Amino acid sequence: MTLEKNGIPTPAQLAVIKPSKERLAKGPVVLVECFQKIPCDPCYSACKRGGFLPFEDINDLPQMDYDKCNGCGICIGACPGLAIFVIDETYSEQEALLTIPWEFLPVPDEGSTVQGLNRSGEPVAPVKVVKVRPSAKKNGAMIISLAVPKELADDIRSIRVKD
Amino acid sequence: MSSIDNTDILIIGGGPAGLKAALSAADQGARATLVERDPHLGGQLIKQTHMFFGSKEQYASERGFKIAETLSLAVTNHPNIRVLSNTTALGYYEDKAIALEVDKRFFVVKPEALILAAGAQENTLMFPNCDLPGIYGAGAVQTLMNVHGVVPGERVAMVGAGNIGVIVSYQLLQAGIKVPAIIEAMPHIGAYHVHASKVRRMGVPIYTSHTVLAAHGRDCLEKITFAEIDHNRQTVSGSEKELEVDVLCIAVGLTPLTEILFQAGCKMVYITEFGGHVALRNETLETSIKNVFVAGDAGGIEEASSAMVEGSIAGLTAAANLGHGLDSYAVKLSEAQKELANLRRGPTGEKTRSGLQRLSLAGEVAS
Repeated sequence: MTLEKNGIPTPAQLAVIKPSKERLAKGPVVLVECFQKIPCDPCYSACKRGGFLPFEDINDLPQMDYDKCNGCGICIGACPGLAIFVIDETYSEQEALLTIPWEFLPVPDEGSTVQGLNRSGEPVAPVKVVKVRPSAKKNGAMIISLAVPKELADDIRSIRVKD
Repeated sequence: MSSIDNTDILIIGGGPAGLKAALSAADQGARATLVERDPHLGGQLIKQTHMFFGSKEQYASERGFKIAETLSLAVTNHPNIRVLSNTTALGYYEDKAIALEVDKRFFVVKPEALILAAGAQENTLMFPNCDLPGIYGAGAVQTLMNVHGVVPGERVAMVGAGNIGVIVSYQLLQAGIKVPAIIEAMPHIGAYHVHASKVRRMGVPIYTSHTVLAAHGRDCLEKITFAEIDHNRQTVSGSEKELEVDVLCIAVGLTPLTEILFQAGCKMVYITEFGGHVALRNETLETSIKNVFVAGDAGGIEEASSAMVEGSIAGLTAAANLGHGLDSYAVKLSEAQKELANLRRGPTGEKTRSGLQRLSLAGEVAS
């Protein structure tokens, strides 16, 4: 199955956008799960650090300079496709801190435990809500940071707040 | 039938194309009258709760209803624009008169220029029991939820994995409604893939190469049957599935609304890529009739971002044809045309580019 058949990026696609091991070891960094050339560039305008390279064509895929990205996550709330995440693999021995966009109610409470879902929406593990903040765009979206088991940091991309 | 003050430019349709057409014409100094059938301006934008794509110029990252608010406010406060809401354009008559209806009262207006930005209507789908209560067009579901705050049901199957089908599915999930399936006849998802990923990770399965075979229910929809189809659109035997739903939402494309242009006598041509008959026009969106323009989905189904830019192009040119804003016209026109070309340049603009090419060939034949 492929992204254009079921909406799930393939492992090969995900491998391309993953920052290097060395960069991941340095702390929070962006994961841009954008694999289709569409006319869209607000990620570039949102980042004030030059983490996104200038678009020659608005239809280009985002190109990153991961050394300029500090994982602030301001781009998460600017991405109309909700395709940007931030991962911090240095969060703790066992856990990575995964930051995701969230446009549903209820908004989970900081400190609560919610169900972590994979890219198919299947529950994979309970995860702890570490931080909840409104998008810098002030457009209603929330930005949620989750402590997730390190081995599931590449799988978890959504949550279920209550069943 | 009485007549109302004549106007420089009449714009039919208060959606993204019409709002931008009115603003750009009025900014150039033309007097514009904007006619909108609904009580509020904004067209489909008012139902769009998702963030828009595009670039800063097309309000990227803003939600559609916010863009509607911004543009409606600018239009309402513009001294050169008169807004006639709750007003329907009924027809185009021989002496270039357009009949309008408001509260069962009829008026005639004779503008110097006309911009048709009427948008599009939804396509429907035929299958046994397709008229059961509970079967809606996606536009109706969006109107119920996002204009009136009413949920259409509890479990909704979506037909169509284009941008509208996938976005409305996401809105249904946001409203707390279950979406157990998105059913798409094409072998691939037509929506932007990021939209598809967004609903997929909330647990909505997308069935490509599938179609609805029948709806079932006594008084209203209770269940559907759907199945896989092969390259020849034949049902793959043994692939039939049943799904209990109380709503089936149909999002299988749009057809441009062009009656007024047909009546005006514009040269029309059928362009598959544009969703039906559209008017021949030049690069400033002027049709085969002098001072009659088309902008937005009425000229071919595309996106709200390109509809806004098309509105600007038509508004600027209509104003210029009447002698307004001639100093800045060339610069503003070329900026807008460049913006439009940029939006259409990538792979997702291929359909529009191919439609435009066929339109231009048809134009050469016609002239």
